[in-house]
Amino acid sequence: MSASKPKLSPNVGVHPAYHKEATSAKPIEVMPLPPLLRVSMSQHLGKPALPVVKKGDTVLRGQVIGEAAGFVSAAVHAPTSGAVKDVAEAPTAGGIMALAVDIAPDGRDAWAPAVEENRRKRADLLARLRDDPAAARKEVVAAVADAGIAGMGGAGFPTHVKLSPPPDKPIETLIINGAECEPYLTADDRLMVERAAEIWQGALIIQAALGAKRVRVAVENNKPRAAAAMGAAVADSAGDCAVVMLETMYPQGAEKQQILAILGREVPSGGLPMDVGVVVENVGTALAVRDAVVNGRPLTERVTTVTGPCVAEPKNVLARLGTLYSDLVAFCGGFARPPCKIVSGGPMMGLAQSGLDVSTAKTTSGLVALPRELVGAFVSMPCISCGRCVEACPSGLMPCELSQMLEAEDYEAAAGCNVADCIECGCCAYVCPARRPLVQHMRRGKAWVAAQRRKP
Amino acid sequence: MGITIAVLTLGGAGLVCALILVVADRFFAVHEDPRIETLTALLPGVNCGACGFGGCVEYARALLAVVGATPANLCPAGGAETAHAVAAMLGIEAGATDKKVALVLCGGDSARAPRRFLYNGVADCAAAHAVGGGDKLCRHGCLGYGSCARVCPAGAVEITAGQLALVHADLCIGCGACVKTCPRKLIRMIPAGRTIHVLCNSPEKGPAVKKACQVGCIGCTLCAKLAPEAIQMNGFLAAVDYARELDNQEVVDKCPTHCIVRR
Amino acid sequence: MSAEPAAVSLIVSSSPHAHSGASVRRIMLDVIIALVPALAVGLYLFGWNALRLVVVCVSACVLIEALCRKAMGRDPGVGDLSAVVTGVLLAFNLPPALPGWMAVIGCVFAIAVAKQIFGGLGYNPFNPALVGRAMLLVSFPVHMTTWAVPARLASVLEPARTAVDAVTMATPLGWAKTSLSAGNALPLALDSVATAWEFFAGFKPGCIGETSGLALLIGAAYLLYRRCIGWQTPVFFVGAVAVFAAILWRVDPARNLHPVFHVLTGGVMIGAFFMATDMVTSPVTRAGMAVFGAGCGVITMLIRAWGGYPEGVSFAILLMNAVTPLINKATRPRVFGHGRRK
Repeated sequence: MSASKPKLSPNVGVHPAYHKEATSAKPIEVMPLPPLLRVSMSQHLGKPALPVVKKGDTVLRGQVIGEAAGFVSAAVHAPTSGAVKDVAEAPTAGGIMALAVDIAPDGRDAWAPAVEENRRKRADLLARLRDDPAAARKEVVAAVADAGIAGMGGAGFPTHVKLSPPPDKPIETLIINGAECEPYLTADDRLMVERAAEIWQGALIIQAALGAKRVRVAVENNKPRAAAAMGAAVADSAGDCAVVMLETMYPQGAEKQQILAILGREVPSGGLPMDVGVVVENVGTALAVRDAVVNGRPLTERVTTVTGPCVAEPKNVLARLGTLYSDLVAFCGGFARPPCKIVSGGPMMGLAQSGLDVSTAKTTSGLVALPRELVGAFVSMPCISCGRCVEACPSGLMPCELSQMLEAEDYEAAAGCNVADCIECGCCAYVCPARRPLVQHMRRGKAWVAAQRRKP
Repeated sequence: MGITIAVLTLGGAGLVCALILVVADRFFAVHEDPRIETLTALLPGVNCGACGFGGCVEYARALLAVVGATPANLCPAGGAETAHAVAAMLGIEAGATDKKVALVLCGGDSARAPRRFLYNGVADCAAAHAVGGGDKLCRHGCLGYGSCARVCPAGAVEITAGQLALVHADLCIGCGACVKTCPRKLIRMIPAGRTIHVLCNSPEKGPAVKKACQVGCIGCTLCAKLAPEAIQMNGFLAAVDYARELDNQEVVDKCPTHCIVRR
Repeated sequence: MSAEPAAVSLIVSSSPHAHSGASVRRIMLDVIIALVPALAVGLYLFGWNALRLVVVCVSACVLIEALCRKAMGRDPGVGDLSAVVTGVLLAFNLPPALPGWMAVIGCVFAIAVAKQIFGGLGYNPFNPALVGRAMLLVSFPVHMTTWAVPARLASVLEPARTAVDAVTMATPLGWAKTSLSAGNALPLALDSVATAWEFFAGFKPGCIGETSGLALLIGAAYLLYRRCIGWQTPVFFVGAVAVFAAILWRVDPARNLHPVFHVLTGGVMIGAFFMATDMVTSPVTRAGMAVFGAGCGVITMLIRAWGGYPEGVSFAILLMNAVTPLINKATRPRVFGHGRRK
């Protein structure tokens, strides 16, 4: 286990109040099946899955209910056994409408026969990965694709895509991301504390699939228990494997910033980690990969931290995908006081919700209910050029200048000043004394750049 | 002596500058077809780009590049008058011009169409639409943050007190800039002078529309029965077919949600 | 306990949903707090006259700001306290005996012309307080350079009081400049640590807030602690003045003042720590702040050494304000993933 403490880079990023103590010591609780599961077809980055069941069908847990629509997409599986009540549009955490399959659980929670079949089929996959990795790798990637796994840290990039780097981009290092730099969230922390061995097994499977020489587990130094648990798991492994303690700092969990901190490599602008021989996977993703390869089980549940000052009993909840936020909050004792803002994900990058009629997805790392005194309405003022955003920006941008360009809708100028390199981490808006909606401006700029690139 | 030097210095400086100007005028002069200026003067000069060129001067250049290749009736802002003037100058056909105006297909102001949440951010429709899908309960209605009003070169779009975009047809020059900017695609170009409109763009079923807006089209098909020629049902949404005449007060009076208006 | 929140009570906005708590008002309040030590010294040295000017300037600035905002159809609030800061800083840059009505004219110019016409706080390219002072300096040159003798004087200046007159006298810089331009030798020399200390503490004629480097430094330390200013601007400003002055002094000690003298007299201290660090009109990047500070220092010394005025801090900062956008452009940080990194 490495004792070094690399930093992101001096004076970059921010140190928000973390508030993790509300749930960091609470073991993961399994939530009983709710009366309804609303499984969205759009739980990942890329094209939404195509529903393959219809109203009135009965489904078994792990049965495919949505097929991946292309390579950058992911399959969706029934989170439990039951009857399909409806296939209709429902709001996603992002506020847009997407098709969702409503399932009324029958209480049996019976697995689909395909799951047992997959388990048997893959029983010797681990051994084959060791003996004949080249052939077995494809099988792992197929298993991951079958399981519908998408990055569980928040962005939700389909994992099988990450595990299929082109041949000219050899992967040297696998980073298992347990930084969890978002305030309030403890889902990854608890996973590492409680299921370190399984996570590590998943990490080794991913390593073998990628043919990576090195594995690094990144943990921020405000999670000593998780680091210790992961350290114990890693200790038995041969090869170049280590837990890396990172300075607690936001956004230490951002992929490119983490690669810089751990390996000193900088992913080129517009590039992917694989351009510098690295793949970064979240700890939850590693666990899901293990479950898919060892147990043959697709992704049907995840840990979500339900927390915030407004939640009566903050908890780390293991809930089925498709659990309505209202059920999730009810499981945590409801609201102790009326929230002013409900955030799906962490407060720095999460999505504010207009209600609790949304259901959990593969990316739902947390549900944070915040009171008025923390997130009341704000009035934005003109920029006073204090330069704090410039100092905080981990991408080296000048958010103040960019926001003024974008406010004037001068998209070309903003594109020239590299607005596309913004990672939307929110450090700029966090420190802005004028409360300018800097990230929102950046998003507009990025959307414009993306639209320009799509143009022939 | 002193005064001579001063006069010589200033005079010399003047002479040198004059020479530079002469040289610049002689060698760096840009020769442009003088007709471009005349033609540009005939155009309205709003530079809205509706003709498909980058402003009035560009349109004039295109008209003159190969006379007759570019039609004279491309300027909606100028209408028939401009088309005839341009055609007369170039000696080509004016072509048909039918004035079009923009219409916002939403009548749900803040009193009649509630909001889902309190939006706190950039006051721009596209930006608001991207945050939680827009704050209006109706996911198809006008958000009222005025993106269309800001791009309108004629100042024809008003954001009413009820946070709703309203195109003043008498001011609209028909450039279509608002149509392109609306993130919810609910502005349509219609022939000028038409008076009866269905002010709704929600394809949702009746109960869903009713929940979201008091003046939405619930798809009752009554108007389509009363004026089967001019009003058609697109699923659950009635739509005026502006290619046909419609002057049937009954559809306005009988629409149960009053989303058909005469204006 | 209901699991369903009341209808339309939730705020939805773009991320982040956390904030550091920093506000423009708090920053301005910090600046005001940081100015208190210098104000105390000003009041001690110049008495009621100084208090009168500070009160006049602050109330005039706040009132004019409110009126302007109302007239321009903006929210007439002055809650961001920026007008208060401008008022205090303008008063700090005025000689204590200046008639109140002149100060009010300066305030009108500072707030209405230099700030609100450009769009208010955040849009003004030039430091409003300095624009006000510059305007007063060219309009009322005599009043703006008539300095009341403070209650106590640095020992090196004592002879000047008895030699000239007892009510007003020149600033050390002015005295030196007049003497040199008349072809005489330097009238005063900074020859002892004790004198330098007296200068540093503020026992010399000058503007209300500029005399005591010590009090200004105490305030500046607070601003640095609160991260309201970057250290680059003042350090490079003072450093450039010191280096420039040291070179001149080495070349000809008989006709140039000692570098410590240059740093401790005039407006260098208040300029470096409070005027050049004005967020709105100075660069946003750390490198830019350094360039800005150094530029201010060099121009200050150019004016002091060869210009018509004995003091050049105000004009130096105003000139550098003008190039702030260029400095920002030239010192853009390297964007992550762009260019070479080894």
